[in-house]
Amino acid sequence: MSTALSGLTHSLTSNLRQSGIFVAFVAIFILFAVMNPNFLSPTNLTNIVLQYSYVLVLAIGMLFVIVLAQIDLSVGSVVALTGAVSAVLVIKQGMPWWVGVLAALATGLVVGAWQGFWVAFVGIPGFIVTLAGMLLFRGLTYTVLENVSLSPFPSQYQFIANGFLNGLFGGAGIDIFTLVIFGVGILGFAVSQWRSRASRIAYNQHVPALWLFILKILAIAVVVMWFGTQLAQNRGLPVVLIILAILVIVYGLVAGRTVFGRHIYAIGGNISAASLSGVNVRMVTFWVYVNMGILAAVAGVIYSSRMNGAQPSAGNMFELDAIAACFIGGASTTGGIGRIGGAMVGGLIMAVLSNGMQLMGASTSTQQMVKGLVLLLAVAFDVYNKRRGGARAA
Amino acid sequence: MNTNILEMRNISKSFSGVKVLREVNFTVERGEIHAICGENGAGKSTLMKVLSGVYPHGDYEGDIIFEDEAMQFANIKDSESVGIGIIHQELALVPYLSIAENIFLGTEVAGRFGIIDWQKVNTEATKLLARVGLDENVTTPVSQLGVGKQQLIEIAKALSRQVKLLILDEPTAALNDNDSENLLSLMRHLKGQGVTLIMISHKLNEIAAIADRTTIIRDGKTIETLDMSLPTSTQERIIKGMVGRELDQRFPERIPQIGDEVFRIEHWNVHHASQSDRLVVKDASLNVRHGEVVGIAGLMGAGRTELAMSLFGHSYGRGISGKMFKDGVEIHARTVKEAIKHGIAYATEDRKVYGLNLIGDIRNNISLAGINKLAVQGWVNGNEELKVATEYRTNLNIKTPSVLQLAGQLSGGNQQKVVLAKWLYTDADVLILDEPTRGIDVGAKFEIYTIINAMVAQGKAVVVISSELPELLGISDRIYTLAYGRITGEVDAHTTTQESLMALMTQENTDKDLIK
Repeated sequence: MSTALSGLTHSLTSNLRQSGIFVAFVAIFILFAVMNPNFLSPTNLTNIVLQYSYVLVLAIGMLFVIVLAQIDLSVGSVVALTGAVSAVLVIKQGMPWWVGVLAALATGLVVGAWQGFWVAFVGIPGFIVTLAGMLLFRGLTYTVLENVSLSPFPSQYQFIANGFLNGLFGGAGIDIFTLVIFGVGILGFAVSQWRSRASRIAYNQHVPALWLFILKILAIAVVVMWFGTQLAQNRGLPVVLIILAILVIVYGLVAGRTVFGRHIYAIGGNISAASLSGVNVRMVTFWVYVNMGILAAVAGVIYSSRMNGAQPSAGNMFELDAIAACFIGGASTTGGIGRIGGAMVGGLIMAVLSNGMQLMGASTSTQQMVKGLVLLLAVAFDVYNKRRGGARAA
Repeated sequence: MNTNILEMRNISKSFSGVKVLREVNFTVERGEIHAICGENGAGKSTLMKVLSGVYPHGDYEGDIIFEDEAMQFANIKDSESVGIGIIHQELALVPYLSIAENIFLGTEVAGRFGIIDWQKVNTEATKLLARVGLDENVTTPVSQLGVGKQQLIEIAKALSRQVKLLILDEPTAALNDNDSENLLSLMRHLKGQGVTLIMISHKLNEIAAIADRTTIIRDGKTIETLDMSLPTSTQERIIKGMVGRELDQRFPERIPQIGDEVFRIEHWNVHHASQSDRLVVKDASLNVRHGEVVGIAGLMGAGRTELAMSLFGHSYGRGISGKMFKDGVEIHARTVKEAIKHGIAYATEDRKVYGLNLIGDIRNNISLAGINKLAVQGWVNGNEELKVATEYRTNLNIKTPSVLQLAGQLSGGNQQKVVLAKWLYTDADVLILDEPTRGIDVGAKFEIYTIINAMVAQGKAVVVISSELPELLGISDRIYTLAYGRITGEVDAHTTTQESLMALMTQENTDKDLIK
């Protein structure tokens, strides 16, 4: 029992920052649930997903940029620009909805290639390139929209951000389809965790005790299934949640299991060592920015779909939410460290804070101050931890 | 009055338990030029840092007597205020400030309300430039000047602070012959004006030309101080003093089994990375055979690392020319990736800065350079990666509970093993190891030597660059000596001595076109 406990403390302290974020997230969640009964209602939980999905999409791309020890300040403007391009084609020119989506993605790709070129091949710091991009693409948005908002989108386009998948298997008052998808997801998660544990054991690596492992999987399963049940009681499975889930899984794999992902972390950890190990620093940097542009376009499509139109001022300050999500989620300010999962939790903390405070009637000014302080404290906690770790190593 | 301007008595200094200076005694007479000689790591620079207050009083043991008074410097400012000036090898000027601003940086001539009197600053600066024989407008930014002139500005800066004792750390290392000559005559001139000078140098004929006395330091101890006017103070005697390093190390046994040539360069030239008119490697030709350990010996600034990195995918230098052959066939390796593909590996001398991702785990560090072996269509086989890393942990005896630990948490010796594992995994057959045992303890050194022996036993060729001559003699089959960018000798490691190596390593360039 004592070894099991020491295993528990070991796995907690070795991932203090990450686990600290989870604990904080749960604490904030419970706090709002206690203070406002509406917070846990199926409608409100659905709303959180719908309202913040695009920030989470941006945070996925931003995480790679930040792990590379760079930054992208332009994503808010790129969200606006890609949404505008799509709106002009679909609303003004009357083209089908999917043409708008493809054009937005292509625009994001070009924007990413443009910024990647300046950062990777000309050697201008990402901060400057994307600060310029922030102004440039905002201006382009105004030009493309000719200074007016466009609306409404056809219903297929609106379906992307406001649609639900439900009713496939029926169910009275609770959508069976949603429950099945969540069940399959949890099962898949449990199996993959089990396999990675098994391979660790096969290679004589340290693993937590079996009961601890099962407890962890069970706890996650219960929480996720409860969340699924809540969604199922409302309108079913939001389409954006599916998009988000696919992106998280794909990019999680890219980060952990591809050569490209390895190279990103290697460059962020020590750029000299990476380049002396044959990593093509320029190409990796270029593609990370291209990827950010495409994901900004995905966010642009989701946002324009949710707003049912394009506004010249859309996406203002989104970059800051995305950057904050990464840092709150444990990414290092000097690069080399950061996880997709962490960035998602960081983004959810921001989302839950906003939503919870809105429910309690807090003003926008209060919300901003609280979010600012949370960001500052999260990074301060990281710096403090690092310093302590450094002192221990010396 | 005492004729000695400076006495350093029983100076000892350690870094985390390792003694770098052991009761050094060092005396400088007023108005002399005093040279300090010693191998890399002998403790010369540390001694000068103690003297100039870089290491404050209390950080070392012993006494410093300057002008008959005991000194307890807390920082460089204290030593400057009594008239001790130091000019480091890496010049410390602010490139975008003017000559005058640099000279008076930190001692600005300010009038009332802290407003600088530029008229006065520029007039004073002009006078100082005249003293060092530099004809430049004092408002010129120093970035527009060459290294030689920048050094003169450093001296002018020291003179502006009424320097009585001026320390120059390898002042001519980065200079061409002309600038060197100028500097030496300026040093004589300053001596005539009553300034005492200490010069750290490897260039023995410079020392013979200019120094009144020479102190030799070895292993953190003063060996002897020679009066250069005596006929017995020969270069041979200085070399003998520098190299008599104790052979307290053990080396694993190896019976050489040397095969055909695997790697060769011919007429290899490399220009400095930022000063494109300076050659740092000049017309180098060397080869290495299967199963052979080839040593490269050279003092600081000889161009060892520059040579190695230029071979490794042009990762250092510009204007690189020359031919490279692998197994008799000419190859080109202009990027690190190409070099790795041709089976060349380079383990850097500074593993923390250039070798490892310290915040990454051991496993990912080992797999980084050879990751394509683990990947299919860009997807890494994580299980195989873990297996490979674990195998190297066992084979190279990397002491860690798990390969998932961060590389930064390992000791120096184990970090070095991770670096070697990384390059072994690339299946390289030419491994260039730059100072492979720097900063690691004796036990780990022995293990590194054992790994090197295992490499050559598999038929790989190993090139070892090292500052430690006993190490080179202990592990190499052949040794090339490098001095000022030129290969000055190729000797059989089993028959040569430290003395003859050092003589080759300090051999001056005879032709004037090294720096052109």
